[in-house]
Amino acid sequence: MTKSSFKRIDGRKSNELRPITAKVGIIPNADGSALFAFGNTIAIAAVYGPRQLHPQHKQNPTKAFLRCNYDLMSFSVSERKKPGPNRRAQEISKVTEWALAPVLDLDSFPGTVIDVQIYILQADAGTRTAGINAASMALAHAGIPMKDLVCSVAAGKQDKELIVDLTKEEEDFKEGEGATDFAIAKVANSDEYTLLQLDGKIQPNIVSDVLELVNGACKEIYEAQKKALKEVVKK
Amino acid sequence: MAMEITNLSKDNLKKMFKEGKRFDGRSLLDFREIEISSNVSNKAEGSARVKLGKTEVVVGIKLGVGEPYPDSPDKGNLTVSADLLPLASPRFELGPPDFPAIELPRLVDRLIRHSDIIDLGKLVIKEGEKVWTVYIDVYPINDDGGLIDASAIGALVALRGAIIPELDENGKVDYDKKSKKKFPLNEDSIPISLSFFKLGDSIILDPTREEEEACDARITYGISKVGKEYMINSCQKNGEIILTTEEINHMMKAIPEKYDSIMGKLKKYI
Repeated sequence: MTKSSFKRIDGRKSNELRPITAKVGIIPNADGSALFAFGNTIAIAAVYGPRQLHPQHKQNPTKAFLRCNYDLMSFSVSERKKPGPNRRAQEISKVTEWALAPVLDLDSFPGTVIDVQIYILQADAGTRTAGINAASMALAHAGIPMKDLVCSVAAGKQDKELIVDLTKEEEDFKEGEGATDFAIAKVANSDEYTLLQLDGKIQPNIVSDVLELVNGACKEIYEAQKKALKEVVKK
Repeated sequence: MAMEITNLSKDNLKKMFKEGKRFDGRSLLDFREIEISSNVSNKAEGSARVKLGKTEVVVGIKLGVGEPYPDSPDKGNLTVSADLLPLASPRFELGPPDFPAIELPRLVDRLIRHSDIIDLGKLVIKEGEKVWTVYIDVYPINDDGGLIDASAIGALVALRGAIIPELDENGKVDYDKKSKKKFPLNEDSIPISLSFFKLGDSIILDPTREEEEACDARITYGISKVGKEYMINSCQKNGEIILTTEEINHMMKAIPEKYDSIMGKLKKYI
């Protein structure tokens, strides 16, 4: 699947992640919070809730409502981003909800809302996946019952080479088949997927190779998440 | 407001899908009849009407002169929008777009853009200063499910029949002057959308409204074919569910055959 001869722009191997930073408990006001970074991409997340949902007519009497809000800080990208969620951010907020909800025990908190706030401090591709990793840790930190953590990473292609955790420079690759960005999230300890989002060009018959690559990367992400969560418990 | 689907019909559908059956007699991965007409609005630079069973959408293309984006001075611009008109369904309401109204054009945009069907490099009037902006606008006329796939077909057919309007001596667009300039398309790449829906353990294609409402999730793929190679150009999972490796592989297997069968139905229109 991956040739060892292939060198990436930053010298990584095809299946090599950027250095991971994972911290839990970074925002004292929040019920749960975390930071997750893939190299230069830094995401922070805070969880508030379960708490009363207002207005009342939005409440679901059978389960909690998971409400995610993802956004880039205005200075996190080269050209200043106008503050406030645009359509891209709204879409990412939604796919983040869909990526996280399947592992949460929402049925135990009817009528409430669990708010997950995700902000990107510094962007170098992979912001939605870093955000999901941070949010997953923050939810665990908040003590929301979860059947497992969610781990997320983007896989992709540079021309025909499969690679994991792309930088912005790799995402902008134009030669051959160009770059493909395939953001995936999975349940940490089973081969079950909760986020699939792709832009680019990828053959249906190599998708299973991509999943394998992502499974390997997610093991490392999971270990980093677990370690950070354990550290905060020790304190 | 329209009624939401009852648990009873949801359970019924789940049972039927499990047995591989549907109310209208189709098998799980069958599409409904596709009916297409092009040039449905003569002021548009390209247009099409698509019927997918009882679902109907109209797609129109307008071109305008604009400035290129700073990061692509040598390319024209593409903008896809959709307006989920209250005309088309009791579920749609006037007002600011809700999430489905934001998602639909984004999905159509991505499958068109990443398939490279539009040769944006040929839509430059003066590099770095003036380019054509291509507006693809989608209007559902009747929503009976499968709006995304129908909209993608509409965009494709409208593009294949589109023209570039003439410019007058001052560089202004003369929309009234008849133009025969063909829109720059990459003939090798024909993108369509395949939206799989999941209910229980079953996966179906092209749901009716009722089926769509019963389903727990949607996974939309933008697919094109380059030579003999099938390409996924975009993908998005919608819904709070888990997908297993098996289910993903099942969809990957179905994609080539489904692509070819839909292309067979579209051939005479494009």
